[in-house]
Amino acid sequence: MTELALQQYLDFAYIVAVVLFILSLKFLSSPVSARWGVLAGEIGAAMAVVVTLFNPEVTEYRWILITLIIGAGVGVPLGLVHMTAVPQRTALSHAFGALSAAMIGIAEFYASTTPVTRFEMGEIALEVIIGSLTFTGSLIAAGKLQEILPQRPIVYRGQNIVSLSVLAGALGLAIALVVNPAHAILFPIMVIVALFFGVLLVTPIGGADMPTVISLLNSYAGFSAALLGFVLNSKVLVVAGALDGSSGFILSVIMCKAMNRSFSNVMFGAFGQVQASAAAAKEERVVRSATAEEAAAILSAANKVVVVPGYGMAVAQAQHKVRELYDALNKRGVDVRFAIHPVAGRMPGHMNVLLAEADIPYDRLVDMDDINGEFAQTDVALVIGANDVTNPAARTDQSSPIFGMPILDVDKAHTVMVIKRSMNPGFAGIDNPLYYLDNNLMLFGDAKQFVGSIVRELTGAHGH
Amino acid sequence: MPADFISNLYVFILAGFVGFEVIRRVSPLLHTPLMSLTNALDAIVVVAAIIIAGRHETRLTTVLGAIAVAASFSNMVGGFLITDRMLRMFKSRGSK
Repeated sequence: MTELALQQYLDFAYIVAVVLFILSLKFLSSPVSARWGVLAGEIGAAMAVVVTLFNPEVTEYRWILITLIIGAGVGVPLGLVHMTAVPQRTALSHAFGALSAAMIGIAEFYASTTPVTRFEMGEIALEVIIGSLTFTGSLIAAGKLQEILPQRPIVYRGQNIVSLSVLAGALGLAIALVVNPAHAILFPIMVIVALFFGVLLVTPIGGADMPTVISLLNSYAGFSAALLGFVLNSKVLVVAGALDGSSGFILSVIMCKAMNRSFSNVMFGAFGQVQASAAAAKEERVVRSATAEEAAAILSAANKVVVVPGYGMAVAQAQHKVRELYDALNKRGVDVRFAIHPVAGRMPGHMNVLLAEADIPYDRLVDMDDINGEFAQTDVALVIGANDVTNPAARTDQSSPIFGMPILDVDKAHTVMVIKRSMNPGFAGIDNPLYYLDNNLMLFGDAKQFVGSIVRELTGAHGH
Repeated sequence: MPADFISNLYVFILAGFVGFEVIRRVSPLLHTPLMSLTNALDAIVVVAAIIIAGRHETRLTTVLGAIAVAASFSNMVGGFLITDRMLRMFKSRGSK
């Protein structure tokens, strides 16, 4: 086979892989066909990897085989993490993807036998900057999600000016390289500055903004791969990067809309540091609380119950107890559904995955827009570890920092019960007027233990 | 502007549109698996890494390529694995 004919076979295999990738995402439109999507993606990816090994440019296999084995050795445990660790695993995988794209871009800069043109230099510089900042930014995000780093935003005066100057520095070095690609010494400096900018970019962002940040980093990782496709003139990378980039972008838009905030507000607004002042001004108001026994009696008398899970449920790992509650209430003929706010938890779809893990059927998980109209006909709304996404101040109080954010209208339910450790406000320190309403009962305690006690009351009473 | 750039730009824009239309239809229920699946697909940069690592130009490029192979292949393996694990958990009431 001539080299040209071989190259055409390789290209053809890549086209098939690309088609399989698009089908893979298409299958994901429904939970019924979704697993076919994984299979299609796996076949496409495996095919692309195998044919690449036959590329005539590849002459030395030792390092490839060793690193493929290392990659699999790292990837398998990362694919087997516990479901509660999925947000940090996802951030880590964005870091790996970006690292890979940045490394290849850097290698391409140093590999060029012919001097790079200005145009190529511009492509490489942009690709390497995005890849590098996404790498360190994702590592910081993973650290925050794993709680190695503080989840609170870390801020100081003039922060945005410092961060933007660092970014401007990286771009300035890139421009200098485009003007004269022979100044190779500037290249590693540019990489270091971009890596540093990634740290500055994510450090000031609080834990509750992670769904948006993780989606944005997803999009950056995708676009850096697409840019790499431009650098290497590889269409399979352009397509895969464009798919990943647009996916991350769509998710970021959905997350921002669900918080009624703009990208720049998430990235530079350092949400979550406005505490104290607002909360301190509030006078003492009456809060009613209930015991597990009372809560169980109210729940078993209900016809329709809507459970609202939040990050607190994930932290307390209460999803399996929630499943027991779901079973106990179902047995008594109570209709139980789950209301999912788009930004509940630490990444898009976080609550759905945790509840699915606990074997709760997915047709019981309802999006915010579909369930909000039904709270008025709901007997009990049970809020487990969610706070700001249920705060009615977002609808009524113009001075509230979350004013305008779409919320779950739990206050319209006949009775609201909120499982919470104490009256401490949520991540942004915003007081929640829901807790002082006449139809609200506070259930003070750890989410897992409290749900467990309700379940004991429900099943115990049944047995006697 | 090189001709390759123009043809890549075509592909990029068209793929972006396809991605937008396909991903818009993914149920919010599956947004977490969507992210891990696109991550695994994005790990296709491993093919570029394999060529850099296998082309054996300089020691530096081989090392950089080797790191890239390990990083992206771990995403590919781990991404597909965890996506499948998550999707297996999503059951309707009928299938129990």
